[in-house]
Amino acid sequence: MSWLLVAPILMPMATAALVFLAPADRMLRSRISVLGAGALTVLGAVLLFEVWIHGPIAGDMGSWPAPFGITLVADLFSALMVLTAGLAGTAVSVYALADIDFDRAAGGFDSFLQMLLAGVIGAFLTGDLFNLYVWFEVMLIASFALMTLGGDRRQLDGAVKYVAINLISTVLLLAAIGLLYGLAGTLNMADLHGRLGRLDDQGLLGVVAILFLIAFGIKAAVFPLFFWLPASYHTPPIAVSAIFAGLMTKIGVYALIRTFTLIFPAGIGLITEIIFVAALATMAIGVLGAIAQTDIRRIIAFQVIASIGFMLLGVALGSTLAMAAAVFYMVHAILLKTLLFMTMGIIGREAGSFELANLGGLYRSSPGLAIAFFIGTLALMGIPPLTGFWPKLMIIESGLEQSATLAVATVVIYSLLTFIPLIRIWSHAFWSPGPGAPGGVDLDLARRDERRLLTLPVAGLAVVVVLIGLMPEPLMQIANGAAAGILDPTAYLDAVLGTHADGVAALTEPVR
Amino acid sequence: MEILLGSLAGILMAASVWLMLSRNLVKFLLGLVLIGNVANLVIFASGGLTYGAPPLIAEGMTAPTTAVANPLPQALILTAIVIGFGLVAFTLVLALRAYQELGTVNVDAMNLAEATAFSNDKKATVVDMRDAA
Repeated sequence: MSWLLVAPILMPMATAALVFLAPADRMLRSRISVLGAGALTVLGAVLLFEVWIHGPIAGDMGSWPAPFGITLVADLFSALMVLTAGLAGTAVSVYALADIDFDRAAGGFDSFLQMLLAGVIGAFLTGDLFNLYVWFEVMLIASFALMTLGGDRRQLDGAVKYVAINLISTVLLLAAIGLLYGLAGTLNMADLHGRLGRLDDQGLLGVVAILFLIAFGIKAAVFPLFFWLPASYHTPPIAVSAIFAGLMTKIGVYALIRTFTLIFPAGIGLITEIIFVAALATMAIGVLGAIAQTDIRRIIAFQVIASIGFMLLGVALGSTLAMAAAVFYMVHAILLKTLLFMTMGIIGREAGSFELANLGGLYRSSPGLAIAFFIGTLALMGIPPLTGFWPKLMIIESGLEQSATLAVATVVIYSLLTFIPLIRIWSHAFWSPGPGAPGGVDLDLARRDERRLLTLPVAGLAVVVVLIGLMPEPLMQIANGAAAGILDPTAYLDAVLGTHADGVAALTEPVR
Repeated sequence: MEILLGSLAGILMAASVWLMLSRNLVKFLLGLVLIGNVANLVIFASGGLTYGAPPLIAEGMTAPTTAVANPLPQALILTAIVIGFGLVAFTLVLALRAYQELGTVNVDAMNLAEATAFSNDKKATVVDMRDAA
């Protein structure tokens, strides 16, 4: 089934090339992009179905056997992420039809968006650490292009910070991978599993683990490495912010989970304790930062940071239930942050400003938008029966089981405080009469068409969020399965290394 | 040789950290170039050094008969150099554009994106949005 592993990576790559080669017709290019993202979603669903039925799938690329060549692996966790990324990608590519101006589209926006997706999917599916670095680079270069495309002054200012910090994180990751190769003599993730625990030099291994933690921590915007995110995420067009907020930081969390469950032995170098403290601090700083902001895009940017803390808490608690909560929350966060950023974009368009004080009157002029935002708000706070409620319930239950009082208290306070910034947006943008005359009534035909395109993906994601919330059982089962696979990777190892797991161990000892 | 390479990596690292702590964007960029090379040296050194034994297999054989150098770290470095080159080229252009648009290379003065609500930033936002629409 190795085509099924390659197809989700090839699909966005092929779409990117096709968009680039297509005649310079704005709508044609963007429609190809939407189709490509839709096809990616379908492939993600097929992959998830296959993995759910048959267990983890692995494929040796170029027929080089597992620990020597590059392996692609899909277990429940990565397949679920591929599907979710496809959904977010589809929503954003539809939104971009109206949000991205002609110059940016001509500059290759759709190609870069697809290459970003290719990098993201590659990072989810790879089973090799150096290959993970390469996919990170693919994603990073595409994100740099998206960040700077258009060359607006504010954008360049944000991009300088975004590019600088991400390049540093990349170098740290590269150095960590090099050191790990020197220690273990292999970079295949499944092959590394178990081998690292038997090494003599556990001290150096601890240092390498910290390097990985910092490198992925910067990507994930974990406290205290998050400052680049609120400095840059609000500067590009909303379609770019939405896909960044949805996907980019979650890749960091995904890589952290893989690194510290599959590759490194449990409890190395105080990692769990560090992640626990960082998770609580990230939640606190994210939610307090959101309260302090007045730009609605930056409020959501800080909410992105807070949700990263929540996922890491699940990782730090480490039980199957907590890990399942982290996986469930990841799906929830990807969809919801994309939804919220797109909603902010529409609010900004309608009101002509992103400043809270300038907003108002939108409840009368855009009732549909109000409903979508209200669903997003309730889901983010964790009001049952929307998506945010279930992972919060799971993590509180798991925290109580482990008597981690501090964690439970933080989650509850975090959920309560999330209420404040969102309800401020609600009361300013929707309920207050606002400084200007309410728009919406005198929209001309072109604007109305444009707004329909902008509202469609928002409404679509809102429906998905409500559906998952009302019927959480399938996703919960998948999340539980994924968590079980993360904590006990036997099936993953068997899929990658097969029966020759012990035979090759001797061959791949480091050459000295 | 390992000690020499290790020390070199250390010295380069120190220099690059010093450069990156600068407020000047150009110095920061030079630091970035150096730190990329540090990472490559680290891979090279930690991959194990072997002298005068290229990983070549004699004709008619399927495996090397003597100990040979490990080609993998070199392949990794080659990949990293290519990627690093692309990134540095991009960052240089970005720095140039930022200088042209913002009129400064001092990163402390680059605070347009994070101006507070109390500055005259609000007006600019309104104008931007009208332009977009």
